[in-house]
Amino acid sequence: MSLALRLPTPARLGYSFNWVGRIGLAVILFWAVIAIIGPWIAPYPPGDMVDFDYFGPMSSQFWMGSDYLGRDILSRIIMGTRYTVGIALAAVMLACAGGVLLGMIAAVVGGWFDTLLSRFLDAFNGIPHLLFGLVVVAAVGSSIPILIVTLAAMYLPGSYRFARALAVNVNTMDFVTVARARGEGFGHIILREIFPNILGPVLADLGLRFVFIVLVLSGLSFLGLGVQPPNADWGALVRENIEGLSLGAPAVIFPSIAIASLTISVNMFIDNLPTRIRDRSE
Amino acid sequence: MLRSATTWILVGQRLGIALITLLIVSFAVFFATELLPGDVAEVLLGQAATPEAVAGLRTAMGLDEPAIWRFLSWLGGLATGDLGMSYVNKMAVADLLSGRLMNTLRLAGIVTLVCVPVALTLGIAAAMWRGSWLDRLVSVLTISVISVPEFMVATLAVLVFAVWLDWLPALSFGVNVNSIGDMLRAYAMPVISLSFVVSAQMIRMTRAAVIETINTPYVEMALLKGASRTRMVLRHALPNALGPIANAVALSLSYLVGGVIIVETVFNYPGVAKLMVDAVSTRDLPLIQSCAMIFCISYLLLITLADMIAILSNPRLRR
Repeated sequence: MSLALRLPTPARLGYSFNWVGRIGLAVILFWAVIAIIGPWIAPYPPGDMVDFDYFGPMSSQFWMGSDYLGRDILSRIIMGTRYTVGIALAAVMLACAGGVLLGMIAAVVGGWFDTLLSRFLDAFNGIPHLLFGLVVVAAVGSSIPILIVTLAAMYLPGSYRFARALAVNVNTMDFVTVARARGEGFGHIILREIFPNILGPVLADLGLRFVFIVLVLSGLSFLGLGVQPPNADWGALVRENIEGLSLGAPAVIFPSIAIASLTISVNMFIDNLPTRIRDRSE
Repeated sequence: MLRSATTWILVGQRLGIALITLLIVSFAVFFATELLPGDVAEVLLGQAATPEAVAGLRTAMGLDEPAIWRFLSWLGGLATGDLGMSYVNKMAVADLLSGRLMNTLRLAGIVTLVCVPVALTLGIAAAMWRGSWLDRLVSVLTISVISVPEFMVATLAVLVFAVWLDWLPALSFGVNVNSIGDMLRAYAMPVISLSFVVSAQMIRMTRAAVIETINTPYVEMALLKGASRTRMVLRHALPNALGPIANAVALSLSYLVGGVIIVETVFNYPGVAKLMVDAVSTRDLPLIQSCAMIFCISYLLLITLADMIAILSNPRLRR
């Protein structure tokens, strides 16, 4: 048997995706690349009024039409990618890092610490997310660091609850008991014994939470409380051009399509993750 | 059905948790809006104010008291219906709210009346003919609605019904309401958008609840005895799925809270959510606090209701 036939390809290890998952992944990668190389491929500077007409139609000059000030929508969407994807990614990383760490600590420590933290974070989850964003923005104003921290705070309790439930199960397994009997420290048990064993589901959960954060961020921006002018993420682009809606202007439609393409493809990708990543217990 | 004492203890426990949650939530709302921003008195009087005037206003507004004392008196006022005065237009918050609250409740009520029958029918039908074209169509539609922002559902509804089909007025609300027809047309767009958002959740959860019951051995037994698919679902599975379905209905109605904020803004609907969004842009703190509390209370009510239905309908949760 030749070597090529025995190489551990993803398919043979059980990590292959079906075509729906692949399409999702392709769209995600597309937006990731756009976010990185955006400034170099935007046809016009996003802040410049380049069209003499407002709410211009699609043309060979302006592929996605122009907005209410005659700015090029394609360039603004390309630049908006950085805000939407960047803020959501930073927030979801923060939320999941905090939630997973606290969840693992609560699962290992147990007792009153676990009960108190769980109850408190559950109570915190009793505030509707969009409302929480509204109140915080009303209080401290809107800037990108504040948006990131607020969005992260909204989704930390959910991530905590998810990670804690997984970690409680792993915590009772024999290899953790053995590690404890070996005299391993607290940090070793959390990071080397439990964390690798909940990583797969946690990553899938991170993807879903990313979608929720994109939705809430767009919602906040749509209400005028997210990314502030002259910069705009996709939600803010919809808000800016909402008057064009009754004209059926492409300036409203394309930013909406951008949001939908990102959220739907992340959902498609996560739903079709190989079971091996999504759920180790199966 | 036997309702033992433990059931009521569990229900009481759930109520207690809800109350404690409400207390924590009100604490968070109060301190987020009250402690973080700059001095309220300075904001109100503007930059030209003398330090004496600011100090006078601070004393008059009770801002010199310790924060925890102000929190308690605010909570007391909330409980007795005294919501304070709006900073911006010097009116009692309760007066500003009362009419708006009725509008929002009316919108929510109509949406509930439209949603529940449609969503339950579709959810149960999708579960009954699982894997059929109907099921697949419903799944794709609900997943699409769930994965896009609420404002997109609303803008899409405007595009389809107002721009392309030209059936309904686009973004104006209730400018000249003369007849029942006008009123129906004015309510149509907000109700349609909000119904889509809420029923997508409801259909998914209902479908999941019914399918879970269909997968039990006793329902399979009914099928083996020769009961038709319809009879198997409607007579055998449905009665046992009622609890989870009611739970799903209450849970999905909690999506009204987030959805209503967006939909009222899009359609310029004169409800509490629009009032709150406007208050955020003018930084009218007492108004924001009261609106936030209204939303939090309704959200908690629905979630607690869903939990209680789950406890009461499922004996296994009572142990």
